[in-house]
Amino acid sequence: MVISLTWLILWIPFFAAVLILFFLLNRPRLAGWIATGAMFLVFALSGILFLQGGIPEQTIESSIRWVALPTVTIEFGILLDGLSLLMLLMVTGVGSLIFLYSQEYMAGDKGYPRYFACLSLFAFSMLGIVLANNLVEIFIFWELVGLSSYLLIGHWFEKPEASEAGKKAFLTTRVGDVGFLLGILLVFGWLESGGEGTFNFTRLQTLLEGIRQAGDGGEALRLLTLAGLLIFLGVVGKSAQFPLHVWLPDAMEGPTPVSALIHAATMVAAGVFLLARLFFLFSASPFVLSVIAGIGTLTALLAATLAMVQNDIKRVLAYSTLSQLGLMVASLGLANPQAGMFHLATHAFFKALLFLGAGSVIHALHTQDISKMSGLLGRMPVTGWTFFVGTLALVGIFPTAGFWSKEEILGTAYRQSLPVFCLLLLTTLFTAIYMGRVFARVFLGEPKEKKTPGDPSWAMTTPLWLLAFFSLAGGFGPWKNFVPLVHEFHAPSFVALLGLGIGGGGLGAALYLYTFRPEAVARIREIAWAPRKILERKYYMDDLYEALIRYGQDRFASLCDLFERIVVVGFTVNGTARLTRWMGHLVRGLQTGRVQFYALLFSLGVTLLTYGLLLWSR
Amino acid sequence: MPLGPYFVLSAILFALGLAGLFLRRNLLLILLSIEILLNSANLSLIAGSARWGDLTGQVFAFFGMTIAAAEVTVGLALAILLFRNANSVDTKEIELLKG
Repeated sequence: MVISLTWLILWIPFFAAVLILFFLLNRPRLAGWIATGAMFLVFALSGILFLQGGIPEQTIESSIRWVALPTVTIEFGILLDGLSLLMLLMVTGVGSLIFLYSQEYMAGDKGYPRYFACLSLFAFSMLGIVLANNLVEIFIFWELVGLSSYLLIGHWFEKPEASEAGKKAFLTTRVGDVGFLLGILLVFGWLESGGEGTFNFTRLQTLLEGIRQAGDGGEALRLLTLAGLLIFLGVVGKSAQFPLHVWLPDAMEGPTPVSALIHAATMVAAGVFLLARLFFLFSASPFVLSVIAGIGTLTALLAATLAMVQNDIKRVLAYSTLSQLGLMVASLGLANPQAGMFHLATHAFFKALLFLGAGSVIHALHTQDISKMSGLLGRMPVTGWTFFVGTLALVGIFPTAGFWSKEEILGTAYRQSLPVFCLLLLTTLFTAIYMGRVFARVFLGEPKEKKTPGDPSWAMTTPLWLLAFFSLAGGFGPWKNFVPLVHEFHAPSFVALLGLGIGGGGLGAALYLYTFRPEAVARIREIAWAPRKILERKYYMDDLYEALIRYGQDRFASLCDLFERIVVVGFTVNGTARLTRWMGHLVRGLQTGRVQFYALLFSLGVTLLTYGLLLWSR
Repeated sequence: MPLGPYFVLSAILFALGLAGLFLRRNLLLILLSIEILLNSANLSLIAGSARWGDLTGQVFAFFGMTIAAAEVTVGLALAILLFRNANSVDTKEIELLKG
């Protein structure tokens, strides 16, 4: 019963996507409702799964043999444990709200049915990642998520920026995925040489456990370190960690609900999920864990600083997503997957809320530039207040959901590594400042225009209300019980207070300065022109990549071009032709067309041959 | 029975045939030269057969004649076609395919 229900959950969005793509491209309203209905159905089924069985004590697995070769067997299956059930509830829950929101946000769009088909395809791929029971399957769905993300970012493909952003996202994540694939093959090949090749997570875990207990240190450790780093590269790509983070801010060219669904709540969370799913593999090597923690912390800090100078409301949120993902990754790197997944769940609520709030503002004003917005709180009270709740949760103010999860991560960092702890506190401060800035600019102050439209209709506000509720009270949910605790980290209570103080102080100061003392802000901007310049150029990362491509890849490409022109085309292809022609030129004189001449040559030839034969046989 | 004269005659005929084949331009005469060539070969085959009392040579001579008949049929057909197209049987008319 549980198993068939889980299979059903996986396939329903796929069928919705196929149905829309094949039959409903001319029936937009119906297509939208079918996709949304499918998503709500999947959410209901996941809810039934949870309410009936609770959090599964042991993993439930079901699979079919998909590819059965003499040496390799690839399964296609589902695996249900606390981790995947948590993700299932989150993806379908937040997802269905965003589907509902999209109904109005995308109304009247030319590509409306295509949008919902892609959204359903995305939901299918994401559920596939969540439920996959082996590495190959998860990789396939991983790529499918990449594809649907590409399709959705480039939804308005007539706009050159949008199609460029889609390409950038696809290619950047592909860099990481190559590492992921190599890591999978490395692990498999290594186990295969011991005669135990498998892709299955449960088997892998047992095998690695056995290897660890056998105490076969040296070679196994080296190999697992390499494999762990390679697989982590996939996470870096998909979860947009430094240095492959550049695609996420550009991905904001897509429709706002897409940004909320993919680039805040689910797809980028896939990387963190993979970290948690394969935690037994990563934790085999302390070096890999410290790399993960380092990258996560670095991303958290860099992205938070970048968010402070952005003027596009969605880009601010995008950088904030990067920063929060860095926080989760760091938490996993500090050997606390529970806190990371807890933050993943709460972050999904408040980041989706913030994005949907931003979408509501964009929908009303048709601009994403915060310098053109002001004093919207009075005009759009629902949007404004729910956005404020999201802000509080993101900054981590008591008692919102963000406070509980962030405090866990900070506590872990305090126990595990003081430098990381300090950097994360700094991140908290920057987070408070940029969120205060956005909220003050957009919602506080004097309204600029008189004819600002009010809040949107129920399809858009219902998700806002629900998400605001979960952002406020979500911290009390049983999210932590889904993921087993690896180590206990008891942090002193002053850590939470410190985080709260820094966050609250930063937020209050930013709100005060940006609302009542704009001239002070301008002075600070002037004094700190050098760091501002660096931040506005995004630490020159984009320029660096561009230079790399221009001077590295393009040079190499022209070298290849030269090689092709001279060696491949000039020497082999045209060379063969030239040789043939030259030889033809040499003997064409013999081809006189006179029959008698041919007969003469023929006779001469026969005579010579006969003569030679006689000589030889003598 | 001395073979020498027969072979000499055969060789003379063969040389004549070859010369006609190389030098003549008229298609009919070329066919004629080929007939001479074939018959010179037949002559030496029959002579050998008679000398050693072995019928194999004569059988080969019969095969030679059969081939000659078939060849002449095709050759004459070609000659007729050439005449129809070019109004002459000179091989100069079919020197189109040259390098």
